[in-house]
Amino acid sequence: MKTGLMALRASDVHVALDGHEVLHGIDVSFAAGRWTSIVGPNGAGKSTLLKALAGLVPVRGRVHWFDQDFITLDRQQRAQQLSWLGQNETASDDLRVWDVAMLGRLPHQGWWAAPNAHDHAVVETALKATQAWDWRERSLGQLSGGERQRVLLARAMAVQAQVMLMDEPLTNLDPPHQVDWLEQVRCLTSQNTTVISVLHEVGMALHAHDMVVMQAGRVVHQGACADAATHRAVEAVFDKRIAIYSLAGQWVAVPQL
Amino acid sequence: MTIRAARWSVVWLALSLGMLCVLGIALGSAVGSTGVESWLTALHDDVAWQIVWDIRLPRSVGACAAGALLGLAGALAQGLFRNPLADPYLLGSASGASLGVAVALALFGGHPFATEWLVRVGLTGAAFVGAVLAVLLTLALARGVQHTLRLLLAGGIVGVVLGALASLITLSRPDVLQGMQGFLLGSTSFIGWTSCLLMWSVLLVCTGLAVALSRVLDALSLGEATALSLGLPLAPMRVALVCVLALATGTAVAQTGLVAFVGLAAPHLVRSMVRTPNKGVVLLSALMGGVLLLAADLLARMLLSPQEMPVGVLTAVLGGGYLLWLMSRRPSMRAAP
Repeated sequence: MKTGLMALRASDVHVALDGHEVLHGIDVSFAAGRWTSIVGPNGAGKSTLLKALAGLVPVRGRVHWFDQDFITLDRQQRAQQLSWLGQNETASDDLRVWDVAMLGRLPHQGWWAAPNAHDHAVVETALKATQAWDWRERSLGQLSGGERQRVLLARAMAVQAQVMLMDEPLTNLDPPHQVDWLEQVRCLTSQNTTVISVLHEVGMALHAHDMVVMQAGRVVHQGACADAATHRAVEAVFDKRIAIYSLAGQWVAVPQL
Repeated sequence: MTIRAARWSVVWLALSLGMLCVLGIALGSAVGSTGVESWLTALHDDVAWQIVWDIRLPRSVGACAAGALLGLAGALAQGLFRNPLADPYLLGSASGASLGVAVALALFGGHPFATEWLVRVGLTGAAFVGAVLAVLLTLALARGVQHTLRLLLAGGIVGVVLGALASLITLSRPDVLQGMQGFLLGSTSFIGWTSCLLMWSVLLVCTGLAVALSRVLDALSLGEATALSLGLPLAPMRVALVCVLALATGTAVAQTGLVAFVGLAAPHLVRSMVRTPNKGVVLLSALMGGVLLLAADLLARMLLSPQEMPVGVLTAVLGGGYLLWLMSRRPSMRAAP
């Protein structure tokens, strides 16, 4: 399927949480400049795989970033190259939107350095891209769940990393803003940013270029979202409770009642 | 409000609080059993000079420093534990400091030349060690800082157990009873210039460290995974924050005893006035804490004049009322996990 440059590659990755192995020898790779969605039933290990790729959980096995062993990168390099947007990411209600987005620039700043003009410009661009610019002076406590999610997306984008990992980024977003998010991801990939996202909504996940299908801590399929084999794999891991059809030039997942 | 306007509001609040601190210290030097006359005649009268310079002024200057230490510690605790109800005392550090002081008094209290050393430095050291150990014990029992409820429960348990141990020591050594009672009630009346020097020095160090570590608090507000993804070395930073928290709390508690609620109320008041990242919150909370304890000290000296109330009793009553008001005002606090 993928012949181009690989942004991230996991080789025989095992992850144990609280002494219980939840990922069992994952081998998966993610093409640079493409959007890959990870889908699977609850407990499949999707979020754990994303954390393993981000270096946020102890891993047995290897994770490569552009053919370089991830572990050889220092903490700041990793933070600059890989942006993370967590599931149900929280933030203090008292922080202003601007300050939250500016946290995305931390990996690029010296310990004592104040944000420079470039940092300000990047944050402004990110907030405008997620349509959060108008609330930049508001505190998070004054925003709805969906509005917060857009601010947190802006924070992740402000890192300007080559790879963005997002765990359930559509949480709390209404349909128009889900569409905005899709457009944003396409814009990012057009700029050669690699996007890897965990999505529960299979219909949204099918808009990605590629898909990784997981079940019980293993990758059961990896392929292009347009492939029939990918559709069959998705339907299988969800016990045929959904079926994937083509509708108006797009793939849609329909519940099988 | 624009970013520039927001910055100015922070500067204005800082200047206002700074001026209130100066005003409070000036008022504190004029309030006492001999009234304002001592202040007016201090330059000509040796006794009046002694009252103002050796008793009233260090007391007010020290109250300001102790309040600032508690305000700073409160801001750090709330940021570090991501919980608006966290203050240093809730994590057991106050009981730890009490136990440290009780042990120090029991071990060295009777020594003829130990008093100077103990009162000036030793009690601070004992309180600091007690506070650090108590906070670490709380963190160990709670298995980290991720589970708020477990953390608060662990803090409560540590507080009760260490408090009981301190009481046991006090009971078995009646000679330390009076010293411990003053400590538990909280009082600024024994602060001298040496205590002031100690507290202001520690405040300077803690403020510098807290400002340096404030970015960690900002990042932690997004959650541990996100903070890690931003390249922050969380484990050593957390240890450093806990040490600053314990040093600030231990120093203030050792000099003034248990002064309640200043550490909890100061950051809340600051956040209700300005929106600023943790660097600003930490600095402003220190100033706010100084103002609060100075004001409480003045009230404690004036309410039952010529008698005095222990300032800790007053802050407990006022702080408890403030907390209740806060809970009724903010629905998010009523539903705090």
